[in-house]
Amino acid sequence: MKIRSLALAACAAIALAAPAHAHDQWLKPSVTVLSDTSQSVTVDAGSSTIPFQANHAPMGVDNMQVIRPDGTAGAIENTARGRYRTTFDVKIDMPGTWRIGTASSNIGGSFKVDGADWRIGRRRGPPPGAAGAAAGATPPPAPTNMVATADEIPAGATDIALTESHSRNEFFVTAGNPTEQVYTPTGTGLEFVPQGSPTDLVMGDPAQFQFLVDGQPAANVAVKLIADNVRYHSETHNMDLTTDAGGMITVDWPVAGFYWLSAEVEDENPSDARATKRRMTYIATLEVVAP
Amino acid sequence: MQKSLILAVGLVAAPASAATITITVPRVNVAEYHNPYVAVWVEPVGGGAARTLAVWYDVDLRGAEPGTKWLADLRTWWRKGGRNLTLPADGVSSMTRAPGAHRITIPSSLRAGSYTLFVEAAREGGGREIVSMPLTIPAATGRAAGRTELGAITLSAR
Repeated sequence: MKIRSLALAACAAIALAAPAHAHDQWLKPSVTVLSDTSQSVTVDAGSSTIPFQANHAPMGVDNMQVIRPDGTAGAIENTARGRYRTTFDVKIDMPGTWRIGTASSNIGGSFKVDGADWRIGRRRGPPPGAAGAAAGATPPPAPTNMVATADEIPAGATDIALTESHSRNEFFVTAGNPTEQVYTPTGTGLEFVPQGSPTDLVMGDPAQFQFLVDGQPAANVAVKLIADNVRYHSETHNMDLTTDAGGMITVDWPVAGFYWLSAEVEDENPSDARATKRRMTYIATLEVVAP
Repeated sequence: MQKSLILAVGLVAAPASAATITITVPRVNVAEYHNPYVAVWVEPVGGGAARTLAVWYDVDLRGAEPGTKWLADLRTWWRKGGRNLTLPADGVSSMTRAPGAHRITIPSSLRAGSYTLFVEAAREGGGREIVSMPLTIPAATGRAAGRTELGAITLSAR
């Protein structure tokens, strides 16, 4: 997604046209509360303009991480890629709360070589200075001034403007009694800290979530919540919330069902010295039951 | 949830002084009927841990999909304490009940005080309903009723 947005941004920069709609990635588990450890959760993973509506593209699940309640790694199985969504299963074979999702980090941005604009992105032309590196010399015609990673920025590059991006997209599943180990903060980057079990959400029972950046409460973070089943309601049940001084939001669920939560924080504290900015995005799928 | 064993366990003679809860499982006119899973628990009014008095589920169903698989469908009970229980639990868990009135004895170990009594029912292919009412120990009396998955619920001091 990120790489793709970068590629889009690059296209946009060249075409001087903004990309139309953002396609958000979403994970939709079949269940988030299990009564024993002999079952599996089966998950849909897609990308579309409205979360949970499988109508655009399947989501890549190569870097899916399964974190078991004791912190050990689990695995996904039975992966199948459909036209609009990927599906996979996870055997929930240990009691407690599991965390399942993707985590990725990369560095993107732009630089100049001899006055020519270059970008870091997926579409990869020859490295600057190599034969055929001049713009327009290599098919496909645009954009050719691309390197795959920041490691390929040549020594003579100028105007280097790089952003370090981190993103997570995940959900929680609990078998039996909930446990907290999988969401104990690590003190690094943007973190989502449920106050109480993230699989015990009930309509009419406000839930609190804290956001931390590098272990410190992240105030004034815009948090968006989008409810599932938009086709069956005339009104949307979306919420735009902002974290308070303690990094906290309180969510009073208007309807039961799945919610897609997203937050993004940008700052100037990248861990990689080559970057000047850091962008951290967080997405969670939460299930809310009727009381 | 598939077996419909009719047991009279709820009618086992209790000490004459013991308070009882009578729970009516309503008759529902559907082609494929399965007895509901039912959980009965109390919570102290001033806050505190829930105590399960009874859970009726398909105790005997074993194999890849044992009767315990659907206990989480009693979702409020599950969240409030069902998931803490090791089942089957003596004096607490038993088979599902057919439509009719079933009596539960309130254990004498329940200390005097004010509680809220909860009864939650979930039926395969049907709905889910939760009914709550005040329960004072001793001298428990009272009456409540569900609308869909539960009928009359009455408290009796003896």
